[in-house]
Amino acid sequence: MNAIEKILAGHSEQKEVRPGDVVMVNVDVTVQFDHGRPDVLRIANPDKLVLLHDHVVPAPTVQAANNAKRMREFVERFGIENYFPVGKHGISHVLVAAEGYALPGQILVNADSHTCSSGAMNCLARGMGPSEMLYILCKGQTWYLLGPTTKVVLEGELPERVYPRDVIHYIPGQYGDFAGRNLEWHGEGLANIDVDGRLTMATISAELSAEFSLFPYDDVLARYLEGRAKWPFEPAHPDDDAEYEQVITVDLASLEPQVVLPGKVAWNSKGAREISSEGIKIDQAFIGSCANGRVSDFAIAAEILAGRQIAPGTRMIVTPGSQDILKEAIKLGYVETLMDAGAVVTNSTCGACFGGHMGLLADDEVCITASTRNFQGRMGSPKASVFMGSPATVAASAVAGVITDPRDL
Amino acid sequence: MIASTFTGRVWKFGDDINTDLVIPNFAVLMTLEEQLRHCFSANRPGWVDEVQPGDVIIAGRNFGVGSARNIGAVFHGLGISGVVADSFNGLGLRNCINSGLPSLPCPGVLDVFDEGEVADVDWTTGDVKNAATGATAHGTPIPQALQDIVTAGGVENVLRREGYLAPR
Ligand code: SF4
Repeated sequence: MNAIEKILAGHSEQKEVRPGDVVMVNVDVTVQFDHGRPDVLRIANPDKLVLLHDHVVPAPTVQAANNAKRMREFVERFGIENYFPVGKHGISHVLVAAEGYALPGQILVNADSHTCSSGAMNCLARGMGPSEMLYILCKGQTWYLLGPTTKVVLEGELPERVYPRDVIHYIPGQYGDFAGRNLEWHGEGLANIDVDGRLTMATISAELSAEFSLFPYDDVLARYLEGRAKWPFEPAHPDDDAEYEQVITVDLASLEPQVVLPGKVAWNSKGAREISSEGIKIDQAFIGSCANGRVSDFAIAAEILAGRQIAPGTRMIVTPGSQDILKEAIKLGYVETLMDAGAVVTNSTCGACFGGHMGLLADDEVCITASTRNFQGRMGSPKASVFMGSPATVAASAVAGVITDPRDL
Repeated sequence: MIASTFTGRVWKFGDDINTDLVIPNFAVLMTLEEQLRHCFSANRPGWVDEVQPGDVIIAGRNFGVGSARNIGAVFHGLGISGVVADSFNGLGLRNCINSGLPSLPCPGVLDVFDEGEVADVDWTTGDVKNAATGATAHGTPIPQALQDIVTAGGVENVLRREGYLAPR
């Protein structure tokens, strides 16, 4: 079995699982954000429940405030200890990695499509729906329909100004979507991709429609988890005779910055240099979200914006993935550099990523973003267009006022 | 109990129908009743005024791609009797099943119907038929364990019956 199959089998009553099986599993960690159902009478594992506020923080509407209040009541009612109130808040996928809740070999659930983010931690996780989350909350169990797995082998090292974000734009540009399929990441090139980069790639796997996107437990991950893991864990490694539906090999050294065009991700990316020749004017540049709202993303943006100014007629918004990230980015001077260049740095929230608050787009505006989604209407008006690029591509485009290859600034 | 077959008037949709079209961003925090008003408002303005209880959605590849927004609950709320799509996004399918919405993956189904024709579907065997032309397609039914969730009317019904949720 491959690593994904081994985690599934290990959490079920089946000795072996194969593509096509519906596997009933016991869940290790349950994450729930933004609201608590008042009608829940009993829950399965209060100690392994992580509750937090993330999508619209602090509440911009009475409706959001009421939802937040219901969550606090839920926390109180069941005596939940793993709770991140406003003030300690962050985006769920960012927090579960940084705080050591998403652990190798385990199964984590969360009613959010980017839950596959935790695959970077060798943790089996995919997005769940709201009502099945309720089922897991109550009974601690769920099911997965196991699909075939693609082995992605990364070789070599990324060139300057090309990032893991570009890798995860390149793959759907070349191979389309992976609906109903899993991705398992392999290859010596992984040694050159840190946990932040893996989190970006695992998160954006949702846009490839992948079921699971699992990274290996290796030295890079082991070091990251030292002193961070909340509970003991048992990593999952593929068997030597593991089966894969196909193998895709990517030579990292040959990649260029990749921009995804508006609307969808599969079969929809272009090299940044190619698209920069079109002179596409942008109104808003955004860096943030569970994909690219970490300190390393602030560092990249600050490096590009240092001593430069954001183009007249363009606004730039940077939103950290958690309070801790914001604190660190302030300490390291990145926030000041971004603000000197004319960017707005906000409080941690999902915010503009899903057009929730703090940076919506007007009719006919164009945005380039390092957040997660480019659907019609995702970041505001359905008449706006959303392009996606790495934080470096976003920052370079903000300076130029048009979509720009960060190598050309 | 949800029956193993449904018959209804067809609404046709293409590939990659995403969650944000079903529940637009501005409607995410609304109640389900309010959300129903905004389904497909970006791609098919006015559709919610024309759709009738019992109607069927026929769609292309990767139906329900996107977020965790519960598209199943919306279609259920609008009285849609079932969805037949070329293929489903994993999370989209989960939400349909868990809301008790009969769902059938069926490659090539778009070729069988014109909009407004009547579909006869057995989502437990995979048989799809155009009542007017007699044209057929055959899908792969979801596994039995998942059919049972749909038949029970979705997971919330199961939980309520078993005493995990307060009675309505
Ligand atoms: S940052 Fe965006 S993609 Fe990530 S959880 Fe929030 S809304 Fe979803």
